[in-house]
Amino acid sequence: MNRTTTAVQISSLKDFLVFMRSELKPKGKILTPFNVITGSVILLGAVLILYRFFMGLGSVVHSSSEYPWGIWIGFIVMVGVAFAGGAYVTAFIVYVLRGEKYHSIVRMAVLNGFLAYVFYAGAILLDLGRWWNIANPLIGNRFGVNSVLFLVAWHFLLYMLAQLVEISPAFAEWLGLKKARKFLASLTLGAVIAGVTLSTLHQSGLGALFLMAKWKIHPLWYTEFIPLLFFVSSIYAGLSVVIFIGTVSFRVFEKDRIDEEYRRSWDDIIIDLGNACAITMFVYFFLQILVLVHGKHWSLLNTGMGYWYLTELIGLLLIPGFLFSWGVKSGNPAPIRIAAVLTMIGVIINRVDYSIIAYKWYLPLSERYIPSWMEVVITLAIVFTMVWVFIWIVNRVPILKKPPQWAIEQEQEEESVERAVALGLQLGLTMADGGSSIDKEKK
Amino acid sequence: MGIDRRTFLKCLGTGVALAAPGCFSLPGKLEAAGVAANKEFMGVLVDTTRCVGCRSCELACAEAHNLPVPDVGDASAFEKVRDTSEKQWTLVNRYKTEKGEIFAKKQCMHCNQPGCVAACPVKAMEKREEGPVTWDTNCMGCRYCMVSCPFDIPKFEHHSAAPKLQKCNLCWERLQKGEKPACVEACPAEALTFGARRNLIEEANRRIYKNSGEYASHIYGEHEAGGTGYLYLSSVPFEQIGFRTDLGTTAYPEYTKGFLYSVPVILLLWPAFLSGVSAITKRKDKVRSEEGGKR
Repeated sequence: MNRTTTAVQISSLKDFLVFMRSELKPKGKILTPFNVITGSVILLGAVLILYRFFMGLGSVVHSSSEYPWGIWIGFIVMVGVAFAGGAYVTAFIVYVLRGEKYHSIVRMAVLNGFLAYVFYAGAILLDLGRWWNIANPLIGNRFGVNSVLFLVAWHFLLYMLAQLVEISPAFAEWLGLKKARKFLASLTLGAVIAGVTLSTLHQSGLGALFLMAKWKIHPLWYTEFIPLLFFVSSIYAGLSVVIFIGTVSFRVFEKDRIDEEYRRSWDDIIIDLGNACAITMFVYFFLQILVLVHGKHWSLLNTGMGYWYLTELIGLLLIPGFLFSWGVKSGNPAPIRIAAVLTMIGVIINRVDYSIIAYKWYLPLSERYIPSWMEVVITLAIVFTMVWVFIWIVNRVPILKKPPQWAIEQEQEEESVERAVALGLQLGLTMADGGSSIDKEKK
Repeated sequence: MGIDRRTFLKCLGTGVALAAPGCFSLPGKLEAAGVAANKEFMGVLVDTTRCVGCRSCELACAEAHNLPVPDVGDASAFEKVRDTSEKQWTLVNRYKTEKGEIFAKKQCMHCNQPGCVAACPVKAMEKREEGPVTWDTNCMGCRYCMVSCPFDIPKFEHHSAAPKLQKCNLCWERLQKGEKPACVEACPAEALTFGARRNLIEEANRRIYKNSGEYASHIYGEHEAGGTGYLYLSSVPFEQIGFRTDLGTTAYPEYTKGFLYSVPVILLLWPAFLSGVSAITKRKDKVRSEEGGKR
């Protein structure tokens, strides 16, 4: 049980196969209630997915010509991508701003983001009517460069690769590949910078998809600033998810999967994350108010949809925002955890509003889109599969525990080399300017 | 200050070399401007004051495109307002208005700058030089065109394992042979006129002027959503015969233009900015660790 990653030494294919066989075995009990319930949903989902591919989208999905996009796009993709935002925000804090304090959570956040993208890309494949053409925008079976979706597709793919690079050192550590780890780790900063850029465009791009659905989306939701709103909300959505997953992970995983130091620093980190959430949520709230004032839609607030809008804006944005700040002020992680869950619900509702609830809000209920039970089962199956893979990886790869000793040494070595180079550079510069800077320092 | 030929060529060469990859990364110019390659867009003028509701156009369309043949003798079809479908690209609806019953044909409007074309990530939707907006089989079935169409026209075969996107293509295959669209040819009441869009607008204006009072003085489609290939005349305000009059005159691709133009800017500026921030924090880190070392 108490396996140490440092012990792994793979020198031949045979070693690798032996190692993989031992790793593929389940760790811990199989027949837990969680596994049984999620497992049966996944099985049922798999059957329904096959059914969908043979019988067509309409056999499983309730979409109609009025509602081209159901919950697979409106929930899985739209919400999933927003929830994956924690990856680029955390990577930005740790690798660009060098917030070393948060190093312990960056792998968890990036792994979650990466898996989210992989599985939600999978959901797109399900939703595409002509899925066998999915590579067309990438291979140039005509580049639709005027299309927002074209850009979203490219950024989706590129960001997925960037995330793979960001998380890859952890896998190299797991497999004991020292040289590969050194190389992959050297790519991290570049991947993070590319990733933050792509995420900015990708998150806002998902919002930009709705810009041409002008009269179809309720005026309280439709604004030319949808892309900006989507981007800002992805920051606090992603961080709330990191708070949620971190809180759950540090409780449910067995002791030897988690570094004790990491676990102890968690309550401290949660408070900083809560602070970042509160700030971005107030920025978002301010933006929404600006949009509302600008659009002069006051009268619409006193309608059914108006109440729904206020529920979202006040109940699931402003209130969790205040809860976050309360938790930060009092140094208490409890309200922050509650706020994170409320915020996640708020973001789910917000994204689903754009493609389903506020989309053609004027239709009578009988013509509205309501997902079929099969759509819901497949959606749950996708989410559960992602959770399974997440657990499988955390149980093996150093995500929540410290990297093996050799990897830490490698890192320090790298840093000292960098420092030596920088020092040499500085020395050269000092000599070049005739030592005047040294004089200044003396004064 | 003069510029010699060599300098000029050098500048030109550098410019072209820089612009070439730029063209690829920048969003392309919106290709569906009013006129492409000096050809005028063709369109159809629908005069709803002439339409008798015989549904010959529905029949002709179904025959021309191998779609299920509708029972045009069945008058009960008029009882409620119908929508086009993946099996029926055009149809006639009956509206009760202040001037009695009016029939109006419905189909793809063939916008000058279509939202669906701008939406398509693989250019399966295309605005042809002749004017039609057509669909091609390299489509992924993402249905973003359906979300982006101001007239809600593209229809998807949800119940097929190899679904197609179905909508009126202005009989593009017939146009290429120099023939008129099937519905126009079939119309016995001369309610449909096929021609170059500009001529159709002239003709429509002529009818409005000549028969003052008979027509509402508006040509639907002249400016709606940036202008459409199908143009309509009516004796009553258009909202009475099922038309959206709140679409505005902006071409739909314009709504995403701002975002698309911001993409190359962010792609260039963001990495530069982030690298700068990273360099600063790296230096700070170093200074801190050195200071720590001294103590």
